[in-house]
Amino acid sequence: MQGFLRNDGRKGIRNVIAVVYLVECARHVAREIALPMRDRGVHLIGFSGCFPNAHAERVMRRLCTHPNVGAVLLVSLGCEGFDRHGLLEAVEAAGRPARTLVIQESGGTAATIDAGRAWVAEVHARLQSTPRVEMGVQELVVGTVCGGSDATSGLTANPAVGRAFDRLIDEGAAAIFEETGELIGCEHAMARRAVSEELGRQIIQAVAKAARVYDALGHGSFAPGNAEGGLTTIEEKSLGAYCKSGSSPISGLIKPGDVPPRGGLYLLDVVSDGPLRFGFPNICDNAEIAELMACGAHLVLFTTGRGTVVGSAISPVLKICANPDTYRVLADDMDLNAGRILEGRATLDEVGREIVDLVLQTAGGAPTASERLGHQEFILTYKWFEPIGPACLPAV
Amino acid sequence: MTDPRLLRLDPQDNVAVATTTLQAGESVTIGGRPVTLPDRVPTGHKLALVPIAAGEKVAKYGSAIGSATCDIRPGDYIHTHNLKSDYLPTYTLDGTNPYLREDRKH
Repeated sequence: MQGFLRNDGRKGIRNVIAVVYLVECARHVAREIALPMRDRGVHLIGFSGCFPNAHAERVMRRLCTHPNVGAVLLVSLGCEGFDRHGLLEAVEAAGRPARTLVIQESGGTAATIDAGRAWVAEVHARLQSTPRVEMGVQELVVGTVCGGSDATSGLTANPAVGRAFDRLIDEGAAAIFEETGELIGCEHAMARRAVSEELGRQIIQAVAKAARVYDALGHGSFAPGNAEGGLTTIEEKSLGAYCKSGSSPISGLIKPGDVPPRGGLYLLDVVSDGPLRFGFPNICDNAEIAELMACGAHLVLFTTGRGTVVGSAISPVLKICANPDTYRVLADDMDLNAGRILEGRATLDEVGREIVDLVLQTAGGAPTASERLGHQEFILTYKWFEPIGPACLPAV
Repeated sequence: MTDPRLLRLDPQDNVAVATTTLQAGESVTIGGRPVTLPDRVPTGHKLALVPIAAGEKVAKYGSAIGSATCDIRPGDYIHTHNLKSDYLPTYTLDGTNPYLREDRKH
């Protein structure tokens, strides 16, 4: 396996040019710049809001200096609240080619698109000679998310990802699972797996916070399709989702933008701190994927029972289908059929090994189903977090 | 376990998961005895293995997934009609969610 060496020592498995709109008003121009190069590693990401937000700025800095990103073009309208100067400095300090185009100073839509396309073409040619170096499994950060869950998710794909996580962690990788709102009911089991008692207490508090927030919002992180798929309660969905974490000790509790300091298993707390504001913690699966990437995830293992088709900008998404009936309908969109377990045609251990193999192939450059199909979904929303305390990342 | 079409995930569970869709009227073996299913149980959905009284915890994966809202007999289909969360109400598109029902008046 080889990676693109970055100046902070991390290595990327892709060499993406990110075209970043800094407010919805700049999205069309940014999208037009990226579109002709979509299939050549030029990805569109952005933040729609005009008001500044520390969480969104932090996540965007992490994404623009993500090891999978080789260059960044910022597209600003000119009057939005996003700190484009600070973001540009951060990307330049990370050693990546970077440029800002301000539409109000660049002659408007057409002229900015032309200037952006020219810059992207020039940088794309330059990136072809980015040196690649040897990269080990212990340098990988792998995230996992489940979406479109049904009752098969917690029987096949999720526990198979858990087996894969155990193997990757044994080899030194960092693995991140998340969505505390979908771990309601599992908090005490997680606390028992924490590497310290205080970390266990922090995990219980994080899930209690998620339960409070969802209670105030009126219902849990539970879609109608979950119930149609046989899941009755949030606890049941949680227990199935929890299987993705495998059986390794939990080394830390992190928040969006915190990169795991070493290998091991980490829980990502995605629910805003403080009083309820900004609405639902994660409005869709891609909001979770964006936050996993902000924690350095090189790739994401996405389990689904009902069937999702999404991928992501920046980091490849591997889709592991839990339900054999869904797989038959959506095979083109899936990377692996874990539903074979339900049919007695494979074991959890076998599928777990297949997932590890897929992770290594994908890290080695093989495209995932969603990459082949051009999926590059991205969304980043308003949130507010307090920094994590020392108890959340106990020293080894 | 008693029937290959039923999967009990933990010895403490009072429900099993159907590994294939079971039709109403079909017979399954629960605890060594044949039980005729009163309802259809789709793949992945749950049915009771033992009598569960109203208010009693329903257990899957060895953990509580909520409380029974009425008395449940062995072989009964278990879903939102007889099981509720101990944390947060379940949202479906049938218009019974109190949070959304209010919105729909406007």
